[in-house]
Amino acid sequence: MLQEESDLSLVIAQIVQKLKGSNLYAQLERQAWACLQRPEIRLESLKEDIKEFFKISGWEKKLQNAVYSELNVVSNPCTQEAEAGGFLYPLPSHPSAPPEHLKEPLVYMRKAQGSWEKRILKSLNSMCTELSIPLARKRPVGEQKELLNKWNEMGTDEPDLSLFRPVYAPKDFLEVLINLRNPNYENGDSLSFRTHLGLIQVPLKVKDIPELKECFVELGLTTGQLGIDDSTQVPPELFENEHVRIGQKVLVQQDSAAAQQYIRQGSPTALRAELWALILNISSQPEDILYYEQLKTNVIQHDLLVDSLIYKDVKLTASNDDYYFVFEDYLYQVLLCFSRDTSVLGHFAYNSASPPKSYIRGKLGLEEYAVFYPPNGVIPFHGFSMYVAPLCFLYHEPYKLYQIFREMYVRFFFRLHSISSHPSGIVSLCLLFETLLQTYLPQLFYHLREIGAQPLRISFKWMVRAFSGYLATDQLLLLWDRILGYNSLEILAVLAAAVFAFRAVNLMEVTSLAAAEAVLADLSTLKVMPLLQIFLFATVT
Amino acid sequence: MAGRVKWVTDIEKSVLINNFEKRGWVQVTENEDWNFYWMSVQTIRNVFSVETGYRLSDDQIVNHFPNHYELTRKDLMVKNIKRYRKELEKEGSPLAEKDENGKYLYLDFVPVTYMLPADYNLFVEEFRKSPSSTWIMKPCGKAQGKGIFLINKLSQIKKWSRDSKTSSFVSQSTKEAYVISLYINNPLLIGGRKFDLRLYVLVSTYRPLRCYMYKLGFCRFCTVKYTPSTSELDNMFVHLTNVAIQKHGDDYNHIHGGKWTVNNLRLYLESTRGREVTSKLFDEIHWIIVQSLKAVAPVMNNDKHCFECYGYDIIIDDKLKPWLIEVNASPSLTSSTANDRILKYNLINDTLNIAVPNGEIPDCKWNKSPPKEVLGNYEILYDEELAQGDGAERELRSRPGQSVGPRAGRSRDSGRNVLTTWK
Repeated sequence: MLQEESDLSLVIAQIVQKLKGSNLYAQLERQAWACLQRPEIRLESLKEDIKEFFKISGWEKKLQNAVYSELNVVSNPCTQEAEAGGFLYPLPSHPSAPPEHLKEPLVYMRKAQGSWEKRILKSLNSMCTELSIPLARKRPVGEQKELLNKWNEMGTDEPDLSLFRPVYAPKDFLEVLINLRNPNYENGDSLSFRTHLGLIQVPLKVKDIPELKECFVELGLTTGQLGIDDSTQVPPELFENEHVRIGQKVLVQQDSAAAQQYIRQGSPTALRAELWALILNISSQPEDILYYEQLKTNVIQHDLLVDSLIYKDVKLTASNDDYYFVFEDYLYQVLLCFSRDTSVLGHFAYNSASPPKSYIRGKLGLEEYAVFYPPNGVIPFHGFSMYVAPLCFLYHEPYKLYQIFREMYVRFFFRLHSISSHPSGIVSLCLLFETLLQTYLPQLFYHLREIGAQPLRISFKWMVRAFSGYLATDQLLLLWDRILGYNSLEILAVLAAAVFAFRAVNLMEVTSLAAAEAVLADLSTLKVMPLLQIFLFATVT
Repeated sequence: MAGRVKWVTDIEKSVLINNFEKRGWVQVTENEDWNFYWMSVQTIRNVFSVETGYRLSDDQIVNHFPNHYELTRKDLMVKNIKRYRKELEKEGSPLAEKDENGKYLYLDFVPVTYMLPADYNLFVEEFRKSPSSTWIMKPCGKAQGKGIFLINKLSQIKKWSRDSKTSSFVSQSTKEAYVISLYINNPLLIGGRKFDLRLYVLVSTYRPLRCYMYKLGFCRFCTVKYTPSTSELDNMFVHLTNVAIQKHGDDYNHIHGGKWTVNNLRLYLESTRGREVTSKLFDEIHWIIVQSLKAVAPVMNNDKHCFECYGYDIIIDDKLKPWLIEVNASPSLTSSTANDRILKYNLINDTLNIAVPNGEIPDCKWNKSPPKEVLGNYEILYDEELAQGDGAERELRSRPGQSVGPRAGRSRDSGRNVLTTWK
C-alpha cells in the first residue's frame, strides 16, 4: 500500500510539473484572476470558491482531461496493475531511474534500435551524397513565392522523384526484427511444445485469448457494438439510437475519460471527429492555429531532403488509393509541416528511438553544431503518409487535421516502427500475432510455415500501417476507435490473427507464399468488428 | 417448357455480353426472332419510328422507352419539368409552393435554363439581371461533355442571337439547338476539387411509376483544383467532370479513375457535416429523381416491352443542395478501372434480373413487380402502386436517408419508399 501511495505521489508530482509548463496552466491562472471580480467569490473562502467556479465553468473538466491525457501517454490500461488498481496506473519512473529506462528498459532492445537508426541515417546520408542534394537548404525568394501560391495544390507539382528511394520499407524493418535476440535468453536447441515457431524470437510477454477477452471486455458478444449492431438487420432502437444519445451527452460534458470508455463500443460517424479530438485532448486554440501557420512558413522558407521522400511516398501510396486520392494535397500540407515541428521531439522521452543528429557542414562531432534532422526527428518510410490519410475523412481544416495527426503519432504510431519491449510496440504485436496463430490455429500456422509462407511476412505490413490502405475506410475508422478506446495497439495483432482465421479454409489449400499473399491481398470487403468478436469470443479454444 | 432467351445487341461491351452468356442466353441477329435487344439510342429510334411499322411481340423486351428523349434530351427535360411545375401550381398542389422570392420550395432542382436560339431574348433579360454570372452552353443532342463551353459575356454567344446579322448567312439547320444554364459556380468541393454524382436509376414502368435506384453510384472528380476564376473558364479539366474529358488530363490516374463511391461521399459528409444534413441531402437527391420521372411520366410512351436504365448526373453545391444536371439514356458501359468494370458488370446483372425475371423468356404482360430477393444492389426508389395503396400511412414510416447507404433495406415493408419529405 505504501509503495503504491508513494508511486502515486510521484506520478502526481510529475504530472503537475509537466502541466505547469503548458498553456492550460496559464489559462487557469488567468481565469482565477479574472473570477475574483465575481460576486460569489469571497475572501474568507477564496480557495473553495475558486474551485467551485472552476467546476461550474468547465475549467476543472479541462484540467481533468489534461491530466488524463498525460496518464494515457505512458500507461497501458490492459495491464494487470490496472486490473488490480481498478484505474489507470502509469509506469512510474523512479527518480533515480536513468531516462533511457523510460525510453526502453531492456538493453538489447535499445542496442538494436540504435543500430537500426544508424543504418537508416547512413542510407539517408548516402542518398544525399549520391544525388548531391543538401539535407536542407534555404529556398530562394522566387521559389518561396511559387510554393506559397501552390500551397493548396502541391499535388500538381511534378518534381523529378525518380532518383529518390524510400529510406526503408516495412519489409526491411521486419528483417531487423527477425534477427532480434535476447543475449540472456537460452531456450536450448531441442524443440518442445513451448518452442515458438514464428519469425520473432524474443521472449516478451504477450496476452493469450482469455487475457485479451478480459482486456477487451466491451467487445464481447453481449455488448452492443457499432460495426455490428448498427447493421441493416438490427433495428436501431435496440442499441444504436441509445448509443448515439450517450455519445452526444459525453460530448456535451467534454469528459475525456468518459469519451474513451464510450468509444470502445465504436463511435457514430457524425460524432467521431469531436470524440477523437476530445480523447486526444485537442482543442484548437488560436495559439495552435498560429503554430501551424508558423510551421507552414518554415516549409515555405526551407526545403528539406525529407520533403522529397514525403512527396514520393504520397505519390506512391495515397495518390493511388481509391479512398484517399482526393486528399492528396492535404497530406503534403500536414506531412511537410510535421517534419519541421520540433515539439515532436518531446515524444522521444518515451520512444525507444532517438532523433538522428546531423552536424553543420564542417563541424562534424562538435555538439554545439549538432541539429536534429529532420527537425522533428522522424524519418518517413514507405507508407508513412497512410497514417494521415484516413484522418482526412474527419477533419478538413488543415490545422485541425495536423494537430490530430501529430497527437496520434506521438501516442500510437511511433510504436509501430521502433524497436521496444512495450506491449503496444511492433515487436510485441508481431509476437502476439504469431503466438495467437500458433496457439489457436496450429494446423494453419504449421501448414503455412511448411510452404514457406510465414504468416508474419504477410501480416506485418498491415500492422505497421495500422491497416490503413488495406481496410475500407469506414471499417478502419471503427478499428481506430478501439485503438483510442483501449489506448493500445494490441487490437491490430488480434485483427491480423482474426483475418487469418477467417480465410483459413482457403489458406489451407495454398502451396506457396505467393498464393497465400493472393488469398490475403484484398481486405477491403472485411467487416472488422464481427471478425474480432468471433475470434475473441466465439471461437472454441 | 421455356426455351433459352435469344439476345441481340448493337453495343459491343463485355459487361453486357458476359452477363448474357452467364445466363445461358443465345446470341442471334436482329433479323431473327429475338427476345431481348439491348439497343443503342439510334436503333430504338428506328424500331419505334412510324415508318418502319415495327411491332414487338409479347416475348420481346428492349432496353429503352420509345420517347426516352423527353427525359434525356437536355432541352426537353427542362421543358417537361417546367410544364410539370406549372401544372402542379395550377391545381394548387402544396408541392408547387413558392417562397417569397418566387422560387419553388420543393421543385427548384434544375438550374435556370433557356433554349437557344428560341429563348434567346428571355435569356438576355435574365443575363442582364446578374451580368457577372457564368453560364454553361450545352448542345442538346451530344454526350460525354462534347461541345460544352462556359461563357460570361453575351458576345460569346452572338451566333445564337435570333436577330444576329450573321444568321442570314448560316442556314437554320446548322444552328444546332443548345441549352444555356446558369453555371453552378459554387459546387461542393472535396479536397479542393469539383465532382459530380453519377447515379443509376432503373424504370420498369412509367404508369404506374416504378423505379429503382442503384445503391452503388459514384462521384467523378476533376483532376485539377477548382477555381471560379474567369481566367480558367476555358479549362475544361477544372469544370467538366466527364471521364471522357478528364482521362485526357495530365493527372488522370488509371487505378482509381478519379472516382469515389457514393458510400465514401456519405461517410465523408456525415463525419464532417453531421448526420442530419447528410441524410437531408440524400433525401433530396431521391426526391429530385422521382420528381423528374413524374414530370415526364404523362408524356412517356409507356410501352410494356420497355424498361430503361438511366444515368443521372447530379451536382451538389456548397450549401449541400443537389442540382439535376442531366439524365443519360445510354450511360457509358466502358470501364475505366478494374473497380469500374466490376461495378458495371453488377449493374447490368441486377438490371437484367429485374427486367427479365428468372432469366427466362419474357412475357411483357407480367406485372413488373419483382420479388425483393432479385433486387441485388437496387432498391425501390418509388412504387406508385404501393404508394397510392397506403396513402397517409406512408408519412409516419419515414426515416431519413434510408434508401441509400448502410441502411438500405431496413424498412420492413419491401415496396415502400421511405423518404421523409414525401406527401
